[in-house]
Amino acid sequence: MRILVIEDDLETSAFLTKALKESGHVAEAKHDGESGLNAAREGTYDVLVVDRMLPKQDGLSLIATLRAENVVTPVLILSALGEVDDRIKGLRAGGDDYLTKPYSYSELLARVEVLARRIKPEEVQMQYAIADLTLDRLAHKVTRAGETILLQPREYRLLEYLMKYAGQVVTRTMLLENVWDYHFDPQTNVIDVHISRLRSKIDKNFDTPLLHTIRGAGYMISDATS
Amino acid sequence: MPLPKLLYTTTFRLSVLFLIVYGLTAVMALGYIYWNTNVLLIRQLNQTVQAEIQGLAEQYRQGGINVLARTIAERSQAPGISIYLVTDKNGQHIAGNLKSVSQQLWDTVGDVRFSYKRNVSTDTSETRQAFAKTFRLPNGYRLIVGRDIEDRHIFSQVITTVFWGLSFMTLIGLSGGWLVSRNLLSRIDRITAASQTIMNGHLSERIPVQGSHDELDRLSVNLNDMLDKIENLMNGLREVSDNIAHDLKTPLNRMRNRVEAALRDHNGTEKNIYRDALQATIDDADFLIKTFNALLSIAQMEAGSTKNTLLQIDLVPVVRDIAELYEPVIEEHGMELSVDMQGSVMVHADRQLLGQAIANLLDNAIKYGVSGKRIDTKEQPRIFLAIEQKDRFAHIMVADHGPGIPQSDLERVLERFVRLEQSRSLPGNGLGLSLVAAIVRSHRGEFRLEDNQPGLKATIRLPLL
Repeated sequence: MRILVIEDDLETSAFLTKALKESGHVAEAKHDGESGLNAAREGTYDVLVVDRMLPKQDGLSLIATLRAENVVTPVLILSALGEVDDRIKGLRAGGDDYLTKPYSYSELLARVEVLARRIKPEEVQMQYAIADLTLDRLAHKVTRAGETILLQPREYRLLEYLMKYAGQVVTRTMLLENVWDYHFDPQTNVIDVHISRLRSKIDKNFDTPLLHTIRGAGYMISDATS
Repeated sequence: MPLPKLLYTTTFRLSVLFLIVYGLTAVMALGYIYWNTNVLLIRQLNQTVQAEIQGLAEQYRQGGINVLARTIAERSQAPGISIYLVTDKNGQHIAGNLKSVSQQLWDTVGDVRFSYKRNVSTDTSETRQAFAKTFRLPNGYRLIVGRDIEDRHIFSQVITTVFWGLSFMTLIGLSGGWLVSRNLLSRIDRITAASQTIMNGHLSERIPVQGSHDELDRLSVNLNDMLDKIENLMNGLREVSDNIAHDLKTPLNRMRNRVEAALRDHNGTEKNIYRDALQATIDDADFLIKTFNALLSIAQMEAGSTKNTLLQIDLVPVVRDIAELYEPVIEEHGMELSVDMQGSVMVHADRQLLGQAIANLLDNAIKYGVSGKRIDTKEQPRIFLAIEQKDRFAHIMVADHGPGIPQSDLERVLERFVRLEQSRSLPGNGLGLSLVAAIVRSHRGEFRLEDNQPGLKATIRLPLL
């Protein structure tokens, strides 16, 4: 996918474009708000990665301008300001996700890929299926190989989120944010334990594991055995 | 105390101004009354004496000296303030209550003021003031008719006394004003001196309070409270910079050493040395980032940046969400979470921050709540999470039966980077409880750690809506 990185720090933007290319994406970089805005207007990008503080035009006003012009390309905001208040402001300006510096590349990549696959409301599926695992969103029912699996409400939402982005890496922070709606960083591996409980319900009695741990990044639901 | 400084005080200026206005008014009123009364009295005196003299002169013209003498003798008998005298051309007394005539009186024709002796009793006499008119009758006779004006004299004396009284009052007023100003000034000087000392860096100095509960005292008490707060903040800041220096430099140094060691191994003889060193470096960097983020959060919370994010929320679902998030991990650690809350508890709070505070307390309970001597070893160690409503406050309690914290350290562990000896071996940055305390403070709440006998009981107290 095509990604535009608008970041004034040359080293950071070089690192990001290089890493994104290595991950199989097409990445370009702009180093100030003005040229970034022009590129975002004209180009056809799947995701914009926008630093909050930029020379010439600041990140938030850049996003607001794009949104006012009906450019709906998903935006991931990068910011050194990480307080609740800053996050709210960023999302209100039209950002789709917010990542606080310093971040790990795997976190950024996972978020960019999920954003690019952003599902429009009209495309919302009522049923997710991966291999023999299905999740029926109307009936709130999960089955594997025809067998009904009973899940706690939170386990259901966890699985729902993972299956929505099946085949993509989802980080622990993303799960905490999207399934629990908390933005802090727990000192204990709370998410891992929830995942292992979920795994014991959907994978334990079956031959092919579907819920995979991606080392150093997060989790992924996929039928590929890699 | 130097006088000029005193003259500039508000109290002194006010008292002087007040005295001047008051004194001038009094003097003017007195003067006016005195002058008016005097004029009126003199005019009246003049007229009556003149009328009487003319009457007597008429009698003389009609009846001669004998008739006049008799009339005067008669009138002299009557008690009062009238003075009469008739003499022959040599000044010899013929009739009247004035015994003799002085040279001054003899020489003057017309109005005269003089003093005379009057018998008070049979053998004492006193000198009194009088006013008279002298009149020359034909054949050298002299007629003197007057009035005793000693009483009027007394009136003027009263006025004079009142004037002196006023002057005395003014003096007392001035010295009173001076005393009050001096007292006030010395107190202000003491306050100024104290603030100078504080400005020179002695932050523990306080403004003297007299204990008289007056407005200056109240001001001083308030200023002292402010100074307490400033001192706390300053101490916090100093401590933080000391601790940052230590707690951030140590992992940075460790990181540096590790990279250096990896680089020294030129040939990469050990198989994964670069890879391992880099992985460890990332772990160290992550630890540093977490520490740094926590520090920033605390700082921002203390700068009051959370004011805009506090909303009316129900505590119960927030705490329940966190409990649900932590329950599996608590069980994983061989413990049990018991939750006790019901209904809805409305407070002003930020769900994210409060959630983080409770999560931090649960993290701690997991880390420290398990070891230690339990009375019944068969029972699973428990973590208690409860909300109570008491005295218009919501109490969120997180308690465990672990080893707890010694009484003497209960306060200290809330400070940044403080880690007790027992916990040195466990991961952590010593900021968890500091962050909780900062979050609770930013919610205008109170955070307390207590002995749970055994274990630790942490209570977040927030005002109910």
